[in-house]
Amino acid sequence: MKGSVPRRRLFYFLEGGLPRLVLAPTFVAILVFVYGFIAWTAWISLTNSRLLPNYKFAGIAQYVTLFTKEPRWWVAITNLFIFSSLFIAFCIILGLILAVLLDQRVRAEGFFRTIYLYPMALSFIVTGAAWKWILNPDLGLERLVRQLGFAGFTFRWLVDSKMAIYTVVIAAVWQSAGFVLALFLAGLRGIDDAIIKAAQVDGASLPRIYWRIVIPSLRPVFLSSVIILSHIAIKSFDLIMVLTRGGPGYSTDMPATFMYAFAFNRGRLAFGAASAMVMFLAVMAFIIPYLYSELRGTRNA
Amino acid sequence: MPDGGLELKTGRGPGLSFGRILLYVALIAAAAFFLIPFFVMVITSVKSMEDIRTGHLISWPRQFTLEAWIKAWGSACIGVNCVGMKGYFWNSVRMVVPSVILSTLIGAMNGYVFSKWRFPGSETFFSFLLLGCFIPFQVILLPMSLTLGWFKMAQSIQGLILVHTIYGLPFTTLFFRNFYVTIPDEIIRAAKIDGAGFFRILWRVVLPVSAPIFVVSIIWQTTQIWNDFLFGVAFSGSGSQPVTVALNNLVNTSTGVKEYNVDMAAAIIAGLPTLFVYIISGKYFLRGLTAGAVKG
Repeated sequence: MKGSVPRRRLFYFLEGGLPRLVLAPTFVAILVFVYGFIAWTAWISLTNSRLLPNYKFAGIAQYVTLFTKEPRWWVAITNLFIFSSLFIAFCIILGLILAVLLDQRVRAEGFFRTIYLYPMALSFIVTGAAWKWILNPDLGLERLVRQLGFAGFTFRWLVDSKMAIYTVVIAAVWQSAGFVLALFLAGLRGIDDAIIKAAQVDGASLPRIYWRIVIPSLRPVFLSSVIILSHIAIKSFDLIMVLTRGGPGYSTDMPATFMYAFAFNRGRLAFGAASAMVMFLAVMAFIIPYLYSELRGTRNA
Repeated sequence: MPDGGLELKTGRGPGLSFGRILLYVALIAAAAFFLIPFFVMVITSVKSMEDIRTGHLISWPRQFTLEAWIKAWGSACIGVNCVGMKGYFWNSVRMVVPSVILSTLIGAMNGYVFSKWRFPGSETFFSFLLLGCFIPFQVILLPMSLTLGWFKMAQSIQGLILVHTIYGLPFTTLFFRNFYVTIPDEIIRAAKIDGAGFFRILWRVVLPVSAPIFVVSIIWQTTQIWNDFLFGVAFSGSGSQPVTVALNNLVNTSTGVKEYNVDMAAAIIAGLPTLFVYIISGKYFLRGLTAGAVKG
């Protein structure tokens, strides 16, 4: 009997510590592998490391080189802007139109949705391989249209350094539009039918109801879509590697492929790290405010 | 009347109006846009090269042949190794299964603590964990490859398992946390009053209702890890390359005659597992996507 009180105390102590104990491995992993590693990359970007890391501080020389002496970086940045603006715009337009169409009490809605969304289940490498074949300058789309009777048709964007970036846009939109559709469809389903009925009673036409009431009320979905798509765009690596390898030349380079090329293939650690840090800061610049507002919103609710 | 909702929504009469027909035409056209690339892949993979050179993208094969499939699976040249996709496919399986199990189980425990056993600081930790969903992985590639070297796990499947487990944790934790938040706290409190502890509540109260979120997490992690390319290309060696890396090497091999039928067969092989998962469990796949997208 006497021993039971301390034993119970020990039990409660363990019980109280248990939640912390369960989280401890994840805590350590995240601390080291996420935050520690980011700090490491940040430090290396401020050194002169080439093939091997050296930890001697060298200031912001790598960043200066990146932005003032490296034309390839500017190509990557320009491509990122071209790619992400077109990618986001087309995904949202296509996704929104399809969501509105699917919201009209369509028969076999699940069937259509399954078809629109299946590319999301595939790797960018798989879909990129397919698009590489479809856009093949000799045997692909060009041959198809010529055999259909348009003998003079040419379509060689894949090997045209000015146009190749747009082939990446085509493949990426095809892959991700269904995802935006799913987000918008969920948003549409969340709108109170009473509002729409009231507008109908007032004699508003269907397109007008959508334009004036439904679409404006989807603003949060627009925001989430833009954030997620921007995030996909900045990280895009796979699709470029398989479709164009960054070429012709380095005309379709993006920050992610740039970083890989310099850090891994050319052995310029500090320079690659600097480009990675720019990518990281760019993502954080819009993710942190977004997460902050999302988390605050749910906590107050 | 074919559709009860029609009248309600459009205010028009019953039957198939012109607008309805137009709607279905648009939906079917969109379906074609999404399906044609896959159709091209399949049809190309069953043609002979002769057929490919004389026909066009969507011309019907004059003769069906599985030669390209057999070659893609067993003998296509990936770099200098003419061994087909087979070995790389199994590399992916050996990489995916342990990382999915580990990240899901740890994520479930984490989510349980974050939702039902909060302690001072746990919410802050959760916010920091959440940020891990969004970091561009370029920022951790270099230190990770050095670390894998120290652990003697460079270019090994074990190394890839470690990487995928760690960077999957923010997602799996988020899934389980958001799901467990919806279990009423009163039930947990009642169980505590009855003398149930951490593990008993987990075992008796929480796990029995967790099947859907396990499915979501497993599907999400399986597709993410199977489809990964960045970690695969950065951290694998010739014996441990996953299927996506092999496919990329195959498609971008510039030596010899380009065999597009083999490329397409290999691409379908690399895509089939996730496509299969998607088709049998589309609903859960969608939940993972939207849960991974809309945080909070």
